[in-house]
Formats: sequence, C-alpha cells, structure tokens
Amino acid sequence: MPASLLYGVEVLINGLMAGVLYALVALGFVLIYKASGIFNYAQGVMALFAAMTLSGIMEGDIPFSHLINAMFGTQLHSFGWNVPAIAAILLTVVVMALLAWLVQRLVFRHLVGQEPIILFMATIGLAYFLEGIGDLMWGSEIRTLDLALPQGASLAIENATAVLGGDDFYGFFIDKLDVVATMVAAILVAALIAFSQYTKYGRAMRAVADDHQAALSVGISLNFIWVLVWTLAGIVALVAGIMWGAKSGVQFSLSLIALKALPVLMLGGFTSIPGAIVGGLIIGMGEQLFEYTIGGPFLGGATENWFAYMLALVVLIFRPQGLFGERIIERV
Amino acid sequence: MKLHTLLTGAVMASLVAAPAAADLVLPDLSYRTGPYAAGGIPFSDGYQDYFSLLNARDGGIGGEPVRIVECETGYNTEKGVECYESTKGEGALVYQPLSTGITYQLIPKAEADGIPIHTMGYGRTAVKNGEVFNWAFNFPANYWDAASVIVNYLKDENDGDLNGKNIALVYHNSAYGKEPIPTLESLAESEGFTLDLLAVDHPGQEQTSQWLQIRRSRPDYVLMWGWGVMNQVAIQEAANIRYPMENFIGNWWAGAEHDVTPAGAGANGYKSLNMTKVASDFPVLDDIKTMVHDEGNAAGDGSNVGSVLYIRGMYAAMLAAESIAKAQEIHGESDITPAMMRDGMEALEITEARMAELGMSGIGPEFSVSCENHGGPGMGVMQQWDASSGTWTSLTGFMDSDTSVTDPLVVAASKAYADENGVTAACL
Repeated sequence: MPASLLYGVEVLINGLMAGVLYALVALGFVLIYKASGIFNYAQGVMALFAAMTLSGIMEGDIPFSHLINAMFGTQLHSFGWNVPAIAAILLTVVVMALLAWLVQRLVFRHLVGQEPIILFMATIGLAYFLEGIGDLMWGSEIRTLDLALPQGASLAIENATAVLGGDDFYGFFIDKLDVVATMVAAILVAALIAFSQYTKYGRAMRAVADDHQAALSVGISLNFIWVLVWTLAGIVALVAGIMWGAKSGVQFSLSLIALKALPVLMLGGFTSIPGAIVGGLIIGMGEQLFEYTIGGPFLGGATENWFAYMLALVVLIFRPQGLFGERIIERV
Repeated sequence: MKLHTLLTGAVMASLVAAPAAADLVLPDLSYRTGPYAAGGIPFSDGYQDYFSLLNARDGGIGGEPVRIVECETGYNTEKGVECYESTKGEGALVYQPLSTGITYQLIPKAEADGIPIHTMGYGRTAVKNGEVFNWAFNFPANYWDAASVIVNYLKDENDGDLNGKNIALVYHNSAYGKEPIPTLESLAESEGFTLDLLAVDHPGQEQTSQWLQIRRSRPDYVLMWGWGVMNQVAIQEAANIRYPMENFIGNWWAGAEHDVTPAGAGANGYKSLNMTKVASDFPVLDDIKTMVHDEGNAAGDGSNVGSVLYIRGMYAAMLAAESIAKAQEIHGESDITPAMMRDGMEALEITEARMAELGMSGIGPEFSVSCENHGGPGMGVMQQWDASSGTWTSLTGFMDSDTSVTDPLVVAASKAYADENGVTAACL
C-alpha cells in the first residue's frame, strides 16, 4: 500500500484517539446540562482544579501554604510524606464531592428558577473563583503527575504494522497514553450508563433530567441530585485532568481544554452522553484528516481549532440540537 | 503567590498615598497567575530580588532607593496596557513587559510619553534600529539573532555545511512565533537547507498532527519557537515519537526547567538557546539569599533562585540598574527622569570586569549600546538538558549571529515602520 494512504490511516486513528480526550471533557458538560440545564463554563477549570488537587495530595503539599506563610511568616511547604496514587485519587474525589456540595449550597440553590443566562454567568464566576482558589491552594508552578501511566509510541504496533508499506513507511504511531485514555473513557461511559440505568439514584437523576417538577412531586430531592451530578462531573473532570495533565504537566492551561469540548458539544448535542463520545470522535478525526489533507499542505497548517468549530457550525445549521441532542419544542 | 501580589499592591497603594519620595521607580509588569505564570514567576522573582539586594546592600543606586511597582498582567495584552497606564504617572523609568503582545501596544505609547521600553530577547525585533525607535531597546539580542545563532551552531556541528539538510520549525501561531521565519527563510536560501514550517495554535495543548508530520518527514533538526504549555507538550511529543532530542532545539523562551521536567527522562538531551549563562554559583546569588531571602524580603517563595528564568530576570534588572547608574553619571543627578534613563541606556557599556565586580562573571556577553544600535551584540549560548541531574549545561560560549543576514532585515522592518508612522529616523 502507498505510504501516503497508510499515513492517512495513521492520522485517522490518532484523530479518533484525540477525539476520545475531547469527549472526556465534553462528558462533564453533558452531565450537568442534562440534569440541571446549566451550561457549566467552569468544567475546564474543574479539570485543572482536580488535577492540581490530586498532584498536591500525592506530593504531600500543604494546601494554602503560600497564604499561611505570607500571613504568619512561616516556611511551610510540605507534610513530608507522599500519598499512594489510589488513595490520592479517592481523596481527590472526596474534595470534588465537597466542592459540588459547596457549589450547590452557596451558589445554585439561591438561583433556582433564574434564567439560563444567569446560571451561565454564575458558572463563569465559579470558573474564575476556582482558578484563583486553586492558585492559592497549590501555587502556580507546573506540576507533574506520577501515576506511572504508559506513554510514548507502542513499539509492538509500530513494528507489526511497518511491513504494510515500503521503506518510507515506519509503522503506525499509537501513543500508549491515548490507548489508556480510550479504555478509561470506555469504562467511564459504561459506568455512567450503568449507574443511570440500574441504580436508584441514577434513575432519580434521569427523572430530574426529564422533568424537574414531576421528579419533585414524587419526592426526589433536587438539591441532592444536583450535588450528585456535580460530583459526577467532578469525577469526569478528574479523569480528563489526569489524561491531559499527563501530556503537558498540570498547569493553568489545562482549563483551556474546555475550548476543545465546545465543538464536540455543538456537534453531539448538549444532552447526550453517546453524543459527546461520537461528537468527540468525529471532531478529532475530522480536524486531523483536514489538517493532513488540506490544512497542512495548502493552508499553512494550524487549522485544527477553527476547523472543529466550522464542522460543528455546519451541523448546527442542519440540526440545531446537535446529532444526538433532544429537539426543543416550545408551545406558544 | 496571589496573596503576595495583593500584599505588594496594598503596600504600593500606601506608598502612592504617601508624600512623593525621591525613589527610582521601576514597574514590574509581571504575570504570577494564569497559563503563563510558570514562566512569569521566576523572571519576576529574579528581577525584584536584584533590586531588593541593591536596596539592602547599597542603599539603592547612587544613593537613591529603588521602588518596584508590581502590576499583574496575566500575560494579557489589555491588562498589560492598563498596568502601563496606571503606573506611568509614578515616574516609571523603564518598562520590561515580558510579552511581545504587550510590547507591540506599548511601543507607540512609550514613544509618546517619553518612557523607555526594554524588551530583552522578545518584542519587536526592528527596535534594534534606535534611530527609528528612540525609546525602545532590545539588547542584548533579539529573535532574529536567535534564529541566526542556532543556524550558526548547526553549521558548526556539520563542518560548516548545511546544504541538503532539512530543518523543521515548530512555532506558536502568533506574531511571536512567526518572528524567526524571515531570518530562517533567508538563511535557508543562503545555506542551502530546506525549511518546513509547522504552526501550532494557541495554547498548544494539542500537537498530534505536527508531530506525526515530523515523524513522517524525519527532519534533520527541529527548531521550536514556543512559550507556555506549547513547550512542555512539544517536548513530550518529541519524546513520544522518539525524535533524537539532541537535534531538537528551542529558542530562549523554550528552555527553562519547567519546559522539560514534565517529560521526565524523555527530555534528556534537549537543547535550547539562552541569552545568559546559567549557573547557580554566581556570588550575587549568595548575597541575594543572605541579604534578601534570609531577611524575609524575597519576591516569591525563594525556590526559583538559580533557575534559567530567575537568572534572566536578575540579568534584566542588572542591565536596568547599570543604565540608571550610567544616567546618574551622565547627568550628575541621582534622582533621574525617564529621559535621563534613556540616555543611560544608550550609553550603557557592559564589560566582563564589571560583571565580575557585580558577582555575575560571564553571565552575558560584553557589549555596548548606542543610538544607532539598541539591540546589542545579538549573541547566544547553546545549553542542553540533563534529565538525571535536572540541570542545564552550557555547550558553547556566546556565539555570534550573522549580522549580514539580520541587519538588512532590521533596516527593512524599521524603515517600513518609519514610513507607516511618519517617523523621521534620527538620534535624539
């Protein structure tokens, strides 16, 4: 087979895997929007906050040490211990659950019944607050996540596929981290679906997503469900933060990964978990193939960002609710 | 960090309210928060700590205490301009915004206000022509020098011949990232190498397609013009595709410790240019530790001393301090104005003897500034990362750029600016 065709296939596979990473971020948006109608602008910052917290706990850093040192003239930085990864992940989940409770208790409980744009504005405020509090808690330095995740080219795949082409084909490059991310995303989606289909609270969550008033009338606590949903979104943010943080280190740019999720949501729909996955795959694959075939050779490259939004816009024109979103019909 | 910024702001506000003192006011347009904080913090720490040392050890410069006015820009151009506008009234002597975007906005303002701008190794390259840009300086080197120095280094590695070689440039898709392209294209033509351009969109978190392209085309060398997260991701991606790290060279904004540490052992052998020598044994650093940090006056948490960007911030402060001293000498006044500061910068002369006297022997090249040349000698040092020891090692001394290539580009770019803005080239 010609090398250009094989490299096209390589680009396609890597695009799909990049799409899984986008979908991981988009999932958090979908969970909250589906259950409460809130477009959570803070989802990207939640991924950053979760990853910073995980790294801080693992390294035994004292939260708010800069603040404490500035106020009391101390030189505190670390507890002097390291926490094993599994324990640190569980503790981070607890922190994200606590954050969900606080967000619900202090912000959204007071905004029940407000217009969606007000709720959206509240999440913008939340995003900047979380960024600031994360900075105060853990500092601004770039952190590394030592979770022993495999990374780099899979030599087995590279060697096995090198025979498909001639001397100018070097085998398919597949990043082991992307393979792990794909498996984790699959497990996460399966767990979320199982939770919503087969558990009492999952069914309650779906009931709230379908009709708040009806759910309330049968005794479902909206506050509890919203805390639950924000906690799940926090867990998804943690997973996204781990995967993206492993690529670049945990740093403030992580919050910008939300920008990669927006076209995924526009394309897949704001209310569908399968939509987030399929949308992520289409965006990832589409932008990489466009860059390979047209963007790089003819347009000077760096087309991925705008092409993803253009693709999503085209879908919006023909299906405003996205490929998998619920069609909104308002009776006059 | 944020609290420190707030406290600094509060202290500064109280100082503003106080009766005007004869201080030498130096704004520090820093970024201690946001996506680029990892680069902004050490630079600002080095910049401020050096002036704190001068205050503590020498009572300031020429008997006048230095007052730093810190303003957080978040590496955001609009905020940078706000910082400039809010601090210039305090008698600011020179601005060092550490951002090419902010620099582009400040140059015309500073020209109008008569306040010098110093953009060391960044900003608008054409300001090297001091006859057009009377108030802007970019000594000791600029982006085009950096591109030329890297190519000269590669020539040295290849017995003076780059003919037939293939070099890829991975660059931040912004005004900053595009700066070296004219120089590299010119050099490609004269040296006979081919140049592939690979743009990376801001912020650079996703670079799959660029590195798959590099894996396919297998260039002999990859150069990088990056900043922020783009650097860390690029180095990780290069390690992922097993690109030989010794052939991957970043510019001086892609060669700090935090750029390489996230990739761990994979970053071993990565090279970058630097505009200063990196060493943790400069005697001045001991003075900073004992007279500034131990006294509880460190600008940050004290952890950045000796790092690449801390040294660079300290070097920037040293050049500003020496310019102030020169201005005081020229005008016979200790309490100088921004116009006097400009005179001092234009008459600046840095010698090895002076650097040794300051406790930073060999930190930078010897050079002098003039009205015609605001850009200095345009030299750079190649350094390499050793992942096992976590240190940068200088591979070369200060290498020259090819001024026969860069100077005509500076002349052409500054002339275009002069024509567009109705500037008559002349020395003040």
